[in-house]
Amino acid sequence: MANVTLRNVRKTYSGGVEAIKGVDLAIGDGQFCVLVGPSGCGKSTLLRMVAGLETITAGEIDIGGRVVNQVEPADRDIAMVFQNYALYPHMSVYNNMAYGLRNRGMAKPEIDQRVREAARILEIGAMLDRKPKQLSGGQRQRVAMGRAIVRQPKVFLFDEPLSNLDAKLRIAMRVEIRKLQRRLGTTSIYVTHDQLEAMTLADVLVVMNGGVVEQIGNPLDIYQKPATTFVAAFIGAPPMNLTPFAPGEYGLAVPGGAGGILGVRPEDLTLTTGPAPEGGVRYDLIVEAIERVGAETFVYGARDGARPEPAAVSGKPGELPPGEIIVRLPGQAAPAVGERIVAAAPRDKLHVFAADGRSRLDS
Amino acid sequence: MVENEGIRRYLAHAILWIGIAVVAFPVYLAFIASTQDNAAIANGQMSLLPGGHFIETYYKTLFVGSSGTTREPVGTMLLNSLVMALSIALGKIAISLLSAYAIVFFRFPFRMTVFWIIFITLMLPVEVRIYPTYKIAADLNLLDSYSGLALPLIASATATLLFRQFFMTVPDELMEASRIDGAGPFRFFKDTLLPLSRTNMAALFVILFIYGWNQYLWPLLITTRDDMQTIQIGIRKMIVTSDALTEWPVVMATSILAMLPPVAVVIVMQKLFVRGLVETEK
Amino acid sequence: MQKQSVFTSRSLPWLLIAPQMLIVLVFFYWPAAQAVWQSFLLQDAFGLSTTFIWFENYSDLLADPDYFAAVVRTFVFAAAIGVSSLSAALLLAVMADKPLRGVGVYRTLLIWPYAVAPPVVGVLWLFMLNPSLGVLAHGLRAMGLDWNPLLNGNQAALLIILASAWKQISYNFLFFLAGLQGIPKSVHEAAAIDGARPVRRFWTITFPLLTPTIFFLIVINVVYAFFDTFGIIDTMTRGGPAKATETLVYKVYSDGLLGGNLGSSAAQSVILMGIVIVLTAIQFRFVERKVTY
Repeated sequence: MANVTLRNVRKTYSGGVEAIKGVDLAIGDGQFCVLVGPSGCGKSTLLRMVAGLETITAGEIDIGGRVVNQVEPADRDIAMVFQNYALYPHMSVYNNMAYGLRNRGMAKPEIDQRVREAARILEIGAMLDRKPKQLSGGQRQRVAMGRAIVRQPKVFLFDEPLSNLDAKLRIAMRVEIRKLQRRLGTTSIYVTHDQLEAMTLADVLVVMNGGVVEQIGNPLDIYQKPATTFVAAFIGAPPMNLTPFAPGEYGLAVPGGAGGILGVRPEDLTLTTGPAPEGGVRYDLIVEAIERVGAETFVYGARDGARPEPAAVSGKPGELPPGEIIVRLPGQAAPAVGERIVAAAPRDKLHVFAADGRSRLDS
Repeated sequence: MVENEGIRRYLAHAILWIGIAVVAFPVYLAFIASTQDNAAIANGQMSLLPGGHFIETYYKTLFVGSSGTTREPVGTMLLNSLVMALSIALGKIAISLLSAYAIVFFRFPFRMTVFWIIFITLMLPVEVRIYPTYKIAADLNLLDSYSGLALPLIASATATLLFRQFFMTVPDELMEASRIDGAGPFRFFKDTLLPLSRTNMAALFVILFIYGWNQYLWPLLITTRDDMQTIQIGIRKMIVTSDALTEWPVVMATSILAMLPPVAVVIVMQKLFVRGLVETEK
Repeated sequence: MQKQSVFTSRSLPWLLIAPQMLIVLVFFYWPAAQAVWQSFLLQDAFGLSTTFIWFENYSDLLADPDYFAAVVRTFVFAAAIGVSSLSAALLLAVMADKPLRGVGVYRTLLIWPYAVAPPVVGVLWLFMLNPSLGVLAHGLRAMGLDWNPLLNGNQAALLIILASAWKQISYNFLFFLAGLQGIPKSVHEAAAIDGARPVRRFWTITFPLLTPTIFFLIVINVVYAFFDTFGIIDTMTRGGPAKATETLVYKVYSDGLLGGNLGSSAAQSVILMGIVIVLTAIQFRFVERKVTY
């Protein structure tokens, strides 16, 4: 059991590329921390630095009160589950799990007891003599977990462990990983690019972008109060609607009299016929597309006169093209494509950001 | 397809059988000759069916030796060839595995230089450096020794390249998982890399065994003593004398014995052989 | 060219490459350097004195009609061996690529000669075509041909070519078969639907798609004809009669050993090295192209 603390951790590759630009992070004992962000944001690099697979250019990584910068991966008391599982193809399931214990010189009966216990928990007891090739994807995933569990490490590290599974299995394994982690109470760091996985698993959610941490916090807090437009667009699906506003528009006061960016989550918009609510926002839209997923319906609308040329469409990840607004309606009732509608949200549902998107202006 | 029916199919079978006959005929003839009486062969009256001297000829060949120029029985030569072929095959595999491991899994100064130094040896076959190599072998006291037969042929760019190629396909995560599991360079090599390389090693072994067994020019130079001759050299010495004195049944029996081990390896381990051949030429 | 994650150790990698480097330096680079050095030297008959003579060994070689003849002969051998064994192998491979019963057996029965050593090949063919006792030689005599490769240089050359081509069929067959099997069946089927008859299909579809294999095999066959035929020549004709079967490699051997002319032999070795370098370069250019193909 251990805390994991990162102090101003940096990573610069020999070519001068800065992959991690100073990360501070404190993970409490037994907490489940999820690093989330688009590909290339540095989340995997950061995890591999904790594992000891990447060197640390600057800063300190502390596991259980010990600075481990110069410690070999084997001696950091961590276990890792890889994206492609990295099972030893020539060893049986049993030996895959036992290998790390044998290398540490553990007594045979204890190894046997630990492997069988892990196999029982993960329900792979019947497969101990098989080779990885003879297993399904989900079973391999369990063996990879088993290999981590038997070690009884201070910290579990997960590097996108579910991304090679199909959608159904991914949800099932997600729930199982969470249950397992609660039961073992082991501090865990989990890397994913899937915001839904991140939201559902995390005690502590770390949103990363371009080598820096955008926001750290409880997943729901982050959802309700995203600190930057990047977080606002990345967390939540469909993403938050972000529209620029001029100084004074909607009666919003921005320090220095500048404009800013206004955010509204799709579920906070309702269809109306009246004027904008007091201090709220109102969009006049032409319906362009409708998605019905059963319990709810997504309406994609273009703002009147705000539709830019396709070439001007923003390329930022997770963000909508400018001028497009998504409304999330409960049930299956929806306007027809081409219809003019009005969507509105009250003042307390609005998120206000500075014009550069780097800070949140309301609290 | 439809057109593969009927006459075309018979034609294909026929052509293949003719090919097999052409390929097999010289060997068939050699076997027939090895079972016949020398006198009948020498005056050109050889039958095309097996004769009755099989046991006699092979016994003499293996354990007594021809009465002509080579006094050593072929049994000794077979042993020499076996030792040489095995040393070359195993030696090449061992040193290539190690150097490929160093080149792929370590980072050290002059790594690429080392790689190129090994790679360039592809362009230096033994034929183009025979006399200087012979002189070095002589200076190192390697004449008429097993080490002299094997050592100069043991360095192999092909095997190193093959293992390097294979090691590059081993996922990085496997090594990382090993490191986290507490395995250092030695353990990773022994517990993971070697078992994974098994098929490649076996395929390479088949090819290199044949290569070593069939060496001719180098053993010809390096061996002077009859008891150090390989079987390929023995055959040549048997036909030094004029036709009349050559003991053809013994020569043919020796030829059969000389091709038996490598041919058996090709046929029995055909899959590995084909794989080895294709892989080493990549 | 390099893995992302590697072991960090200063001395271990050097220890691992030491055996290979030692052998390569002692038995490859040092002798090769010696060959180059010797090619500039003139040694008297008893090896007592040597003189540095710059490129005289080379200029002597180039002026020597014997050497020129050996160069031409080697290339003729290479062409003849290559053409005959490649075409025979291609024919057999095309047949074996058909969906016939027992294809696996055919393959086994055709590939084993790869394992027969060159000197053994020489002995087998010598025995078959020996003028006084060879079974085939009798047949040729009966047809009225004055067959005597021990005296007739052209016949000796033919004998070497036949024996060498015979051995190489198996290797070429194997690679042709692999190449043919690499051509998707659907391409053949599309051509058949486009109205191409089998023979036409072979020349317009199969053969062009097989060109990478053919180029590769040409290089391999030239290398084979240059170097691996030594054992065949040495057991069959010893380069005779009257040097009619003396190839470049054989000349290096006989000039150095039998003639004792080490300087000239070394110069010939160096020229051969040049040829190998060119062949290897061609092969690698081809391999590179194959990757992008």
